[in-house]
Amino acid sequence: MQDCSLSAQEIACRRGDRILFRGVNLSLSGGAALHITAANGVGKSSLMRILAGLLLPFNGAVSTKGAIGLLDERPALDPQTSLAGALRFWGEVDGCDNPQELALLLGVEELLDVPFRYLSTGQRKRAAFIRLLNQAPPIWLLDEPLNGLDRDARDRITSLVRLHCEDGGICVIASHQPIDLPEIMPFDLEGFVQ
Amino acid sequence: MSGGMSGGMSGRTFWPLLKRDLRMLLPGGSPRGGRGGTMLPLLFFLAVAMLYPFAVGPDAKLLAQTGGGVIWVAALLAAILPLDRLIAPDLELGVFDQLALRGVSEEMVVVIRTLAHWLSFAPLLLIATLPAAAMLALNNETIGLVMLGLLAGTPGLAAIGVMIAALTAGLRGGAALSGLLLIPLAVPILIFGAGSLARGDITGIALCGAFSLLLVAIAPFAGGAALRAAREN
Repeated sequence: MQDCSLSAQEIACRRGDRILFRGVNLSLSGGAALHITAANGVGKSSLMRILAGLLLPFNGAVSTKGAIGLLDERPALDPQTSLAGALRFWGEVDGCDNPQELALLLGVEELLDVPFRYLSTGQRKRAAFIRLLNQAPPIWLLDEPLNGLDRDARDRITSLVRLHCEDGGICVIASHQPIDLPEIMPFDLEGFVQ
Repeated sequence: MSGGMSGGMSGRTFWPLLKRDLRMLLPGGSPRGGRGGTMLPLLFFLAVAMLYPFAVGPDAKLLAQTGGGVIWVAALLAAILPLDRLIAPDLELGVFDQLALRGVSEEMVVVIRTLAHWLSFAPLLLIATLPAAAMLALNNETIGLVMLGLLAGTPGLAAIGVMIAALTAGLRGGAALSGLLLIPLAVPILIFGAGSLARGDITGIALCGAFSLLLVAIAPFAGGAALRAAREN
């Protein structure tokens, strides 16, 4: 895994005319895992998008080293195409065209011919995870990665996160659900609400 | 914020993107993953050409005089039909987010989509001009001018379409708004393109082509900025 880091200084986030949170400081280096918790509407997803560079913070700056992968509620996989076809597109963009093996890893190998729109919430989540693994970025930003997943998938994904961090990657998870990793650092966003 | 390692735009990203956009927009692409992209714009275009003689009567002279203009208006309206499928579904899916994370610029996304949009309607429209011209009793010279004019004007129409689709993608009721917004921007193309029919030479087509190229040059920047703005919502 390439050298990676993620740091944020004095991040504030504004949605509409409301400041959601301010003064968030983070500094993560390779191997670190962070679990962001907060009540609904506090701004977990906004913070994730700010860290990903997709949303400009109202204040502060984010600096990263290494590519970023984001997994949120939008899978970015074409609903009309088969699962294999939808994954193939990202495989071609990321220069890694072997979704079969990853499909096996996440237990969706029998769904590769099924149009993506027929998949269930949990199956879509697994598919989006394949897209992430295919991209193989050192920094993972996972927004509610366990929503809609059964116990088997939760275990698989938790162990993938553990492997990723052991491998020197960074993983930031925003989730209401407990993450079963002993080394994960908790981060309560509620403390930064105005 | 420093970019990702997989940044930059290479052939590796260009071709998959163009392939995906075409698959999405080309007529009859539904089994291969089209977005309901049917022959609709084309049939619409032919329907207008077919209905016009019924509306104004079978006077061949009148039809030949006004038919070229009707083809132009029909082409303009046919270009509007797929606008709601151009940008909004991908914004919803999060495709633009994922591309941004991979260092693909919004400008490049717009360039590729404009190219795909043009390829998906213009060549077929040019072919359909022939039967439409037959129904409107156009002579060979007029057919030539209409085809040449459409060839010059359609890239501009495609560029306007993508720009407007990007601008209205994040809005409610964007589809209805986009048709309305496209019309005034398309007026210069129509004036110069269809105007060449009245003069009977290609000077108007040259101006139409110039305006069309200008729009193609502006579209990536305007459309790219609109995509970035839509992401902030």
